[in-house]
Amino acid sequence: MPAVDLQMEALERSASRRRTFYRWLLFLILGVFAIYYLAPMYVMIVTSFKSMEEIRKGNLMMLPKEFLLDAWKIAWGGRGYDAGDVFLRPFFWNSTKMVVPAVVISTFLGAINGYILTKWRFKGDNIIFLLFLFGCFIPYQAILLPMARTLGALGISNSITGLVLVHSVYGLSFTTLFFRNYYVSIPDEMIKAARIDGAGFFKIFFKVLLPISAPIIVVTVIWQFTNIWNDFLFGSSFSFGEAAPIQVALNNMVLTSTSVKQYNVDMAAAFIAGFPTLVVYILAGKYFIRGLTAGSVKG
Amino acid sequence: MFSWLQKNLPKVVLTPSFAVILWFIYGFILWTIYVSLTKSKMLPRYDFWGFKQYIRLWSNMRWYTAVENLLIFTILFVLICILIGILLSILLDQKIRAEGFLRTVYLYPMALSFIVTGTAWKWVLNPTLGIQKLFRDWGFSEFTFDWLVNRDMSIYTIVIAAVWQSSGFVMALFLAGLRSIDDEIIKAAKIDGASLSSIYVTIILPMMRPVFMSSIVILLHISIKSYDLVIALTAGGPGTSSDMPAVFMTQMAFHRSEIGLASSSAVMMFLTVLAIIVPYLYSELRRQDASR
Repeated sequence: MPAVDLQMEALERSASRRRTFYRWLLFLILGVFAIYYLAPMYVMIVTSFKSMEEIRKGNLMMLPKEFLLDAWKIAWGGRGYDAGDVFLRPFFWNSTKMVVPAVVISTFLGAINGYILTKWRFKGDNIIFLLFLFGCFIPYQAILLPMARTLGALGISNSITGLVLVHSVYGLSFTTLFFRNYYVSIPDEMIKAARIDGAGFFKIFFKVLLPISAPIIVVTVIWQFTNIWNDFLFGSSFSFGEAAPIQVALNNMVLTSTSVKQYNVDMAAAFIAGFPTLVVYILAGKYFIRGLTAGSVKG
Repeated sequence: MFSWLQKNLPKVVLTPSFAVILWFIYGFILWTIYVSLTKSKMLPRYDFWGFKQYIRLWSNMRWYTAVENLLIFTILFVLICILIGILLSILLDQKIRAEGFLRTVYLYPMALSFIVTGTAWKWVLNPTLGIQKLFRDWGFSEFTFDWLVNRDMSIYTIVIAAVWQSSGFVMALFLAGLRSIDDEIIKAAKIDGASLSSIYVTIILPMMRPVFMSSIVILLHISIKSYDLVIALTAGGPGTSSDMPAVFMTQMAFHRSEIGLASSSAVMMFLTVLAIIVPYLYSELRRQDASR
């Protein structure tokens, strides 16, 4: 019956037209949000390449007439930034010197702790794990003052060493949690087999578990790196002047430019301070997201 | 001796870490609680002064502003992040070609520090050269946007920047939740003639309850602790109009020589987090036990 066929065809065509419309609407909304998330980064980058004169004349979205590197040079370590003269280069290295040992120490201890709490279970281990876990949640304001006094008593206040200690200690809760959750899913039979073969506590850890821990090590290192690099509270509470990490220096830089604001320098500086974590995110986004969800949906 | 060591080696290895946690977390919290009950000013004193610091705290106008701001911030921040997160995750779940790219774009602010975010948004929201100028250049000559320097509106600029930073994260949580749902459920509902939107509202979103729970807890946690972003964006100003409890605490502790008062505000923050986290952890652990 051709009449019915025609009718069906018309119906199908209108349905498919509606589907195309929804498809476009879908992409429109997704695109608008993409612009919303990208816009500040775009503004940051174009502003950093402009001269102050161009900034005053033009607006946020305009591309620079020519790409000037002056602001970048000043932000990283040049002259021409009044009041306080904070440049990022030494502080960038401060942060590097702080991040590397703190990440290594907290990750290694977290791995050992996770191993013990899952493969050498003993009475009360759950309570101990809970006490570790709780450390992920405490507002650091509750430990700020005694920590400042402790650092003073140890003679390492206002130093990179002090900040390494602080970050290692308060990272321990997260790293232990990550490794514990990973090792829980590894069958105990593997450990038992190794023990029957005569392997001891450390040998099992280094020869059996660590070789298969690559994914969780990556997740943990990225998590710790991002958190420590981006930290401001500890950095600003326990260090000042030359020992400050980069986020503190960036904030000082933006605040101390008293007379004439140099927005191009501010934006270049902000980009420099955000660059390392951004690179990590772009290169290893999968692991970054896994860390976020593991660090939040406590399992 | 040796055999004892061998037998107890795991415990021996765990002990230093555990001792560190006990001392640096629980010991320190107890210290803070104790100092909040003393008359400490610039240096800690250990003679008991009762709850007077808490009375001082709750009769301090600046603290009230901070708490009020925290409430405004939290409600808007949590609500908007969740709405954006749900919307984006559902749209991304429609078998989009560029999904990987879009996901990366939506989530990258999370990799930046709050100081970087604050610095960038401070420039974007700049009352003379920022968004205001942009819209005037585009022909809206009356357009005015001065929230950053407006006492009544400054707290909302913090909401704007914080949502930008964290909403992609909520999207990622919800997307992971949506992906774990069995496609068969949706297919079956479609065969029954249900429209896609009603499937989402009546079937899928209710199944997302755990994701809602954890998103809300994480967002609450972020907002109670928010400090960096306030410092970088408004520094609590103009005046104290965008102050938050965490800013209040560090101000009192490191600039006003009010250790006792600072500790009492820290204890208030601690108790708030406790009230959120303990029930959450309890229900999470029970859920896990049940599924085991």
